[in-house]
Amino acid sequence: MIRLEKRPTPSRFWTAATPVLAVIATMVAGGLMFAALGKDPLEAIRTIFWDPLFHPQFAGYSRPQLLVKAGPLILIAIGLSLGFRAGVWNIGAEGQYIIGAICGAAVGLAFYPAAGWYIFPLMVIAGALGGFVWAMIPGILRTRFNTSEILVSLLLVYVAQALLASVALGVLRNPQGGGFPGSRNLAQYPAAANLELIPGTGMHWGVVAAFIAVIASFVLLQRHILGFNIRLSGQAPRAARFAGVSPTALVLTCLGVSGVLAGMAGLFEAAGPSGKISIDFASGYGFTAIIVAFLGRLNPVGILLAGLLMALTYIGGELAQFMLGLPKASIQAFQGMLLFFLLALDLTSNYRLRLAKREVA
Amino acid sequence: MDLSAINPAVLFASLIVAATPILLAGLGELVVEKAGVLNLGVEGMMIVGAICGFAVAVGTGSPFLGFVAGAVGGALLSLIFAVLTQYLLANQVATGLALTLFGLGFSALIGQGYVGIKPPPVSALTFGPLSDIPLLGTILLRHDAMVYLALLAVPGLWWAINRTRMGLILRAVGENHDAAHALGYKVVHIRLAAIVFGGAMAGLGGAYLSLIRVPLWTEGMTAGAGWIALALVVFASWKPGRLLLGAWLFGGITVLQLNLQAAGARVPVEYLSMSPYVITIVVLVVMSARGGRAAGAPAALGRSFHATH
Repeated sequence: MIRLEKRPTPSRFWTAATPVLAVIATMVAGGLMFAALGKDPLEAIRTIFWDPLFHPQFAGYSRPQLLVKAGPLILIAIGLSLGFRAGVWNIGAEGQYIIGAICGAAVGLAFYPAAGWYIFPLMVIAGALGGFVWAMIPGILRTRFNTSEILVSLLLVYVAQALLASVALGVLRNPQGGGFPGSRNLAQYPAAANLELIPGTGMHWGVVAAFIAVIASFVLLQRHILGFNIRLSGQAPRAARFAGVSPTALVLTCLGVSGVLAGMAGLFEAAGPSGKISIDFASGYGFTAIIVAFLGRLNPVGILLAGLLMALTYIGGELAQFMLGLPKASIQAFQGMLLFFLLALDLTSNYRLRLAKREVA
Repeated sequence: MDLSAINPAVLFASLIVAATPILLAGLGELVVEKAGVLNLGVEGMMIVGAICGFAVAVGTGSPFLGFVAGAVGGALLSLIFAVLTQYLLANQVATGLALTLFGLGFSALIGQGYVGIKPPPVSALTFGPLSDIPLLGTILLRHDAMVYLALLAVPGLWWAINRTRMGLILRAVGENHDAAHALGYKVVHIRLAAIVFGGAMAGLGGAYLSLIRVPLWTEGMTAGAGWIALALVVFASWKPGRLLLGAWLFGGITVLQLNLQAAGARVPVEYLSMSPYVITIVVLVVMSARGGRAAGAPAALGRSFHATH
């Protein structure tokens, strides 16, 4: 009989060790899943985690992709982590990401074909505002009417997807696109393009923004009163109220920041790697970022590492699709499994496991 | 636009069909939440139920076995949630989300070989001459067995929750798990049973989608039905009767917007297809504006239970 004993404070060792253990456990369970699909498990795991970085033939292409994919994941996850720490559950980052992309791209397309240094910054601001407004809907409904921000933010993802389809077929459609849905390619419009800053690295403005967000969030949580209030509200809501923290302001701040970051991530994607607003623009980064935030222990540095790892599984997944014929969905299942193992192993950081004789009840 | 093409009786009949998946899933989640557990994985359990039911029905040719498989698939997935939240004390919100993310990927993985296949047809029950009664017969008496099962589950669950000892214990666990534990009830076991029941119901709802409502398998075919079911529980103030009302309301909106699309309404299709989600949000706001606790939320909803003695 194993007895659980609550630790007075979470164990630092286990907090750091659980993500590593969870990744190993996922590799084992994922290997079993791949074996069940009739693939060689070792080869599949190697293709996903090793080949994107070190394969002699493909690494040249896939290494830069690591930053391209990790950028939006980290940017969104940093915003989400602040809310998750404070008990504010924004799970609709995907919607804010889409709206940010639409707003930012719309500004860029409005200037087409003018040239000017100010166009791209304006697009970034519009993207951030779009995400902010979309996140404020659940924020205001929660603070004003006590509506669950979980359900509202998630339902708004479906609304955002419908809007995306509407603008891709309507107002933002490329007038010279021969009637095909989708906007002009922003990546080919120099004043609006979010290009690779250092050739061959995948580094674009979105990745720069992600690094800045990591540093800013680190400083915020460690050194700023707002970061302290966020942590306090998550761990002891009553104490936070007595300390004068306004729950309303906190909810709005957390949702606002995550909306701004998700909206910016959407714009950077639309103006860079994706290039245009199309019906299939939404790629699920907003949902995967939730896994990234938890895998990174809601800690900025952890999120940076988790984002890179999750980007690796994306690229490795594509490679495995191409080389081994593994279905695309298996990577999604793989990522979900990772979150399960992480949540299960979390027990060890908050509780001590004690072997005990069965007591008489 | 030609509104006369929309026949009200057929509209009502298809409303009942459209409401059945969310009704089944919502009833399951209602029981789970009555036990004080918030399982946000309804969407994931529904879609796993949808593919399990579809695969088995296609494989065996029996829709009945398909529904059984759908319920089993949903229940097995919910068991992961139950172990994580009840024994390993994981955060319920995060675990529920993980369930949905995993379920969406996993179902797409199983479902690869099933795209474009037609499931075995499910025949409607006939009530002899009764089914030919004008209006009433069309609306109510020409459905498949699952519709009636879902409808019967509403009074059944009301009775079980409010009039039986089992229901009393379930509510006690959901309102105050420490007190229930002190009285000697096995909080964890009762919650486990409730979660698995919720999973089976969500799985049934999913199987209904893929076997009857659509009937086809496509990736991500639940398209938010699980989240609407979660919202329905709040809308219903945790009461089965009101859940039926809510399910019909949302079924009605879904069917109406599909009919308007078909009738060539001048509103763009995208705005019509977002309407069920927008209206769900509006209704949620109206309900929650009246106050959470007063609206009947179980007091221990979403809190982990760890027995120290």
